[in-house]
Amino acid sequence: MTAAANNHESVRIEARGLRKSFGDHEVLRGVSFTVERGEIFVLMGPSGSGKSVLLKHIIGLEEPDDGELLLEGQSIHTEGLRDRYRMAMVFQSGALLNSLTVGENVGLYLREHRLKPEDEIRRVIAEKLEIVGLKGTEEKIPGELSGGMKKRVALARALVIEPQLILYDEPTSELDPLIAITIGQEILALRDRTHATSIVVTHDRDLAFGIADRIAMIAEGEILEIGKPEDVRRSQHPLVRRFLTADFKRKS
Amino acid sequence: MFRDIGGLFLLFWRTLQALPLTFRHRRKVLEQFYEIGMGSLLMVCILSVFIGGVLALEIGPVMVERGLSNFLGGIVGLGLCRELAPTLMAVLIAGRIGSAMAAEIGSMAVYQEIDALRTMNINPVHYLVLPRITAIAVGLPMLVVFADLVGWLGGALVCSTNQQIAVSMQSFFANLRDTVEIKDVVHGLIKTFVFALVIGTVSCHQGLATIGGPRGIGRTVTKAVVNSIVLILILDYFLTHLLVQIEK
Repeated sequence: MTAAANNHESVRIEARGLRKSFGDHEVLRGVSFTVERGEIFVLMGPSGSGKSVLLKHIIGLEEPDDGELLLEGQSIHTEGLRDRYRMAMVFQSGALLNSLTVGENVGLYLREHRLKPEDEIRRVIAEKLEIVGLKGTEEKIPGELSGGMKKRVALARALVIEPQLILYDEPTSELDPLIAITIGQEILALRDRTHATSIVVTHDRDLAFGIADRIAMIAEGEILEIGKPEDVRRSQHPLVRRFLTADFKRKS
Repeated sequence: MFRDIGGLFLLFWRTLQALPLTFRHRRKVLEQFYEIGMGSLLMVCILSVFIGGVLALEIGPVMVERGLSNFLGGIVGLGLCRELAPTLMAVLIAGRIGSAMAAEIGSMAVYQEIDALRTMNINPVHYLVLPRITAIAVGLPMLVVFADLVGWLGGALVCSTNQQIAVSMQSFFANLRDTVEIKDVVHGLIKTFVFALVIGTVSCHQGLATIGGPRGIGRTVTKAVVNSIVLILILDYFLTHLLVQIEK
């Protein structure tokens, strides 16, 4: 049993002046924010604004050129820190391992870290798949699933970890409105059940205002506005206003 | 290029450090071993018959002309087990298995599957690289043993059936037994083991470094196969030189 398995408290995240460039393109320009324990924090912004790159920094897949990311006051890249906390990420594409079945994907974390006996792992897999509405799909392979189903399997895979910090990258993109609502409700239910700190990256305004405790509006690598949903809704920043009020208008 | 070489050594070192975990990943090792061994065995046998046959056909008439037909079994035997079987089988496996390794890991990198492993605190070197390198390091030398045996048989068949050579199978194998020693087979297997490590490490390293979608995967496969073959042929010379010195 790892240290992470015995640690059930949600975590606090702090970003301090994060900067990241790919070649000449500066993707993050001094991003700072904090996410409190058990909070659902939504990073909202247009495509290409640096949201997903920021998410990769938080989970430790990217290192900043400057600035730091702290998890419970310690740098995310501190040796052994990731062994002490359980973190999960639901990728935009699902990122399921195509060579494994749905059941194997969902149970991967438990099997690789040898956290439970095999029959218990099978029970957990079935339970988590039922939660996301995919009961009995254990033997299917990812190639047989629709985009929405893949995303729900990815969510089930994250649920298995019982994360203290869970990151969602565009959880409702490519989904129909009904499934999108289900996913939004599941994000809320997971937080209520586990008190996990949740960071959601999205450009879906309905989802953001529906689930967020706080929202950060990000554009061109900078945070333009940060606060409770009602504060962000009242923002006078022109880019924020344009993003929040953008609507399709048919020419007459 | 220097970054590539550095990355290659780093990956190999990390794999060596992970060796104690091999038993834990035995299922994945066996899957890869089956793919490398059983999947390639027929092709290895067919090619080896012809390699042994061509070798006999090329040198047979020349040796017969000079009255050296009694040494044909030994020459074909040595040529096969010390050089041709290890090198050609390594080139074949670089094309068949190295390309598959690079493509599979490359596609996992492009479609964020490796990122997903990292977020679950699963080390991609332990999960993907260790089973592949272990399986090829065991599987390729075993294939070369088959290639030696089948190649010798191919050489013997050509020698006994070709009118210009006309050396009987008994005479061929008698000379082979007199000339080829266990150390010659081991010489070939040591080279094969190194080639296997090269193929596994280069292919996995290229796969993990893949960026840029389907075109990136294509580039990865090409680089994995070409780099493996170039390294095999260069290392072949230096390994042979070293082993000959040791044997003296």
